[in-house]
Amino acid sequence: MDWSYNIEKSLVESHGLKIDEFDSIVQGLGREPNLTELGIFSAMWNEHCSYKSSKYWLKKLPTSGDRVVQGPGENAGVIDIDDGDVAVFKMESHNHPSYIEPYQGAATGVGGILRDVFTMGARPIANLNALRFGDSTHPKTKHLLTGVVEGIGGYGNCIGIPTVGGEVNFHSSYNGNILVNAMTVGIAKKDKIFYSAAAGIGNPVVYVGSKTGRDGIHGATMASAEFDDDSEDKKPTVQVGDPFTEKLLLEACLELMKEKAIIAIQDMGAAGLTSSSIEMASKGNVGLEIDLTKVPMRASNMTAYELMLSESQERMLMVLEPGKEDMARNIFKKWDLEFEIIGRVTDTKNLVLNMHGKEEACIPINILVEDAPEYQREYTVRDPAAEYHLDKASLNNKTIIDDLVKMISHPNLCSRRWIWEQYDHMVMTDTLVRPGSDAAVVRVHGTNKAIALSTDCSPTYCKHNSFEGGKHAVVETWRNLIASGAEPIAITDCMNFGNPEKPEIMGEFVECIRGMTEACSVLSYPVVSGNVSLYNETNGEGIYPTPAIGGVGLIKDIKKIKTLALKELNSKIYTIGKNEGHIGNTQFLSIILNKEIGSTPTINLSEELKNGRFILELVNQDLILSSHDIGEGGLLVAVAEMAMSGEIGASINTNDHTYFFSEDQSRYLIEVSPNNEGKINQMALDSNIAIELIGETIKDDLIITDIGQISVQNLKLKSESWFPNFTK
Amino acid sequence: MKSHVIVFPGSNCDRDVAVAIKNISGSTPDMVWHKNTSIQESDLIVVPGGFSYGDYLRCGAIASTSPVINEVINKAKAGVPVIGICNGFQILIETSLLDGALIRNKTLSFICKDVYIKPENSSSIFTEYNSVAKMPIAHNEGNYFASDDTLKKIKDHDQIAFKYCDADGLVNEESNPNGSLDNIAGILNDRKNVLGLMPHPERAAEITLGSDQGKNIFEGVLR
Repeated sequence: MDWSYNIEKSLVESHGLKIDEFDSIVQGLGREPNLTELGIFSAMWNEHCSYKSSKYWLKKLPTSGDRVVQGPGENAGVIDIDDGDVAVFKMESHNHPSYIEPYQGAATGVGGILRDVFTMGARPIANLNALRFGDSTHPKTKHLLTGVVEGIGGYGNCIGIPTVGGEVNFHSSYNGNILVNAMTVGIAKKDKIFYSAAAGIGNPVVYVGSKTGRDGIHGATMASAEFDDDSEDKKPTVQVGDPFTEKLLLEACLELMKEKAIIAIQDMGAAGLTSSSIEMASKGNVGLEIDLTKVPMRASNMTAYELMLSESQERMLMVLEPGKEDMARNIFKKWDLEFEIIGRVTDTKNLVLNMHGKEEACIPINILVEDAPEYQREYTVRDPAAEYHLDKASLNNKTIIDDLVKMISHPNLCSRRWIWEQYDHMVMTDTLVRPGSDAAVVRVHGTNKAIALSTDCSPTYCKHNSFEGGKHAVVETWRNLIASGAEPIAITDCMNFGNPEKPEIMGEFVECIRGMTEACSVLSYPVVSGNVSLYNETNGEGIYPTPAIGGVGLIKDIKKIKTLALKELNSKIYTIGKNEGHIGNTQFLSIILNKEIGSTPTINLSEELKNGRFILELVNQDLILSSHDIGEGGLLVAVAEMAMSGEIGASINTNDHTYFFSEDQSRYLIEVSPNNEGKINQMALDSNIAIELIGETIKDDLIITDIGQISVQNLKLKSESWFPNFTK
Repeated sequence: MKSHVIVFPGSNCDRDVAVAIKNISGSTPDMVWHKNTSIQESDLIVVPGGFSYGDYLRCGAIASTSPVINEVINKAKAGVPVIGICNGFQILIETSLLDGALIRNKTLSFICKDVYIKPENSSSIFTEYNSVAKMPIAHNEGNYFASDDTLKKIKDHDQIAFKYCDADGLVNEESNPNGSLDNIAGILNDRKNVLGLMPHPERAAEITLGSDQGKNIFEGVLR
């Protein structure tokens, strides 16, 4: 097909727009766009901002519930946590920038998600993350790991929000495309939530925060493309963060929010001034007229194109009540931040940009938003991997202790202490359960209630059965919250996948969504916010499907908090849930037998719900000392984790590899004082819950009857040394 | 009982220390904005932790020239008890109210974890008790350093307030988290009314948080 436009075809293509997408821009405008307008369309219509491949499927996720105050579509989700308080949270990806420049990429990922939360009027109280790196033998992994951890810490520590939890794993599918997903949780009053819909014709549009520079131009477009060997050349598209300025911006915004002055507020994240202004106008069904000469600039001679596409950090856009400008300006001046009235709300429903008296762009908002492309991409669903059974004859029970040691010293299962000791996880003095337990628990300041937080996903589960993997990611967070004594309320998701134009990748996405949908529905555990990151590929190789989930639960009384640490000598250890011996696609196969093979374990969701409710009932009646979900690695790894955390030993009844290392779902370990055993067994019988006594707590050592033993101190040493040794 | 907490742009432990002081003493401290040039009559001034002015230039360097700092120095010289915690310690060193320097941790990374410290001096109002206390550290630059002369001076004048130790009070290499000279965790001025320390007593002022042994440090002043 011949190119019939005046604008260069290569210019359109370099803006990441497909030819038919450009056709519809011309049709919508009734003319060809100028360069600034082309840049704006490029920024709004890339995958990162438009969700064009994922929107159709995301709509299928359950998003409502009794406690949902705000579901997806705003800066963050909002849930009711009683007493007029709400929790505001979201998780977001910063994958591409973090691969190019790990420190700044990760740091600005944290900065961006923090802004999403305080934009809504919430004071952030916790940060979490979900990280994936390539194989530990890959030459870049060490550099990326240390850079990302330092970047996350650098930002969170400085701004003074504790980083309380997270997850990390290593797999060769991330060798050329790591994942950095950051989550922030904040607390606000239910009647003091701020939204982004602009309103009030003639009202001032105000720019606050840092000046705009040339950094991060086209960041969102870069984040919507695949990588190749020259990806390092994209460094200039990575933004540079300044957590100090963000701290000032946070305090200034919260101070202004106490006044009745803000009509709408939106942070400038991906695609900066473009997406923030367009989102505010679109939500409010109004137009905006902006004089770009008024935008505070860090560099001289910036063009309209650069100003609209810069992703300079620590900036916000607001619509103020008329007459409140001076009061607001004084607050931002007090915090030494920029404050400029750069435009007005109009009734034209157009985005109009002027600079030096010349109109630089005029685009109807609806073309940018409602008419944005939406695709129902072709997809194919792979058959799930087949079942795998261990050749029991080939395994000697005597190796079980050695195998355990290998597993708990492996990068995917070992202690993450090296990571979280680099994060200030205690600032704000409300962290009640620190990193390293099933969920982090953070008190709602000045109250006796707390929220529990967990991020999870098993990419190998998702790869070999995307439907069950999607279910599992949701359920794993749910289980971690339950094990901590919390009532799970809602989740945020961060969907990391490869190129959606490949039917097989799209199939993974569709199946993960289907699994998540089913889990969220059965568990009454809706999605209230989220983010999609596609095109996570390098040289045509996609990452494993990685729907990272962040779960939030409520603990009404902090006395009910449970941790995984064993608490007392001579107490009994039970499993809750069926021990059925599913060994396919487990950490045991991968770490000990070096095989990624077999079917992903399936989850019976009604069983899951029943077992979880049972644990919560035990918690409410104060019948258990500690609890822990049995996750990746299986039963014995979970027992070892409880022992290491509590520095108390355990004597476990003998059994075989399959029993100790299978990854059957819906299971927990509980530590029970002998005087509660009778009651708990009766309750389990009454509720038809599978319960099994597997051992008891003892001093110092982990012993398996007739098999062998190891000291807990030694286990701990092994578990905690992988990261320090690797990063030396 | 009137206490004051200085707030710099970038302070982030100001609220935490105010909450701890309120819980210990029953009275709420006044928060003093860095642009103020006077502080009312005070029984305790706290320079809190955080990243004042983003820790640009050098930790505590810019804060040590901020408008409020002359008044802190005046009050300290008049004998008002002053505690600098973490970044506050770094600031007090930059003002020369305290001797020595705080350089990067030996590990070259930020460290956030519980440590044990024990008082080395019983002649100050902050160190009257004599037991090992568990409390967290959270810093990048907490590695205390001093020249031989300075070290001799602070030893001769009994200015070492706290040393890092193990749970049993043993001062050794393993219990030194950041490479500090002689395991020094906190020091006093010659007059013993100014204390700087890297650990965060305000984060250990409530048993729910893992320790309430940080209260000791405030109690001498606040009771």
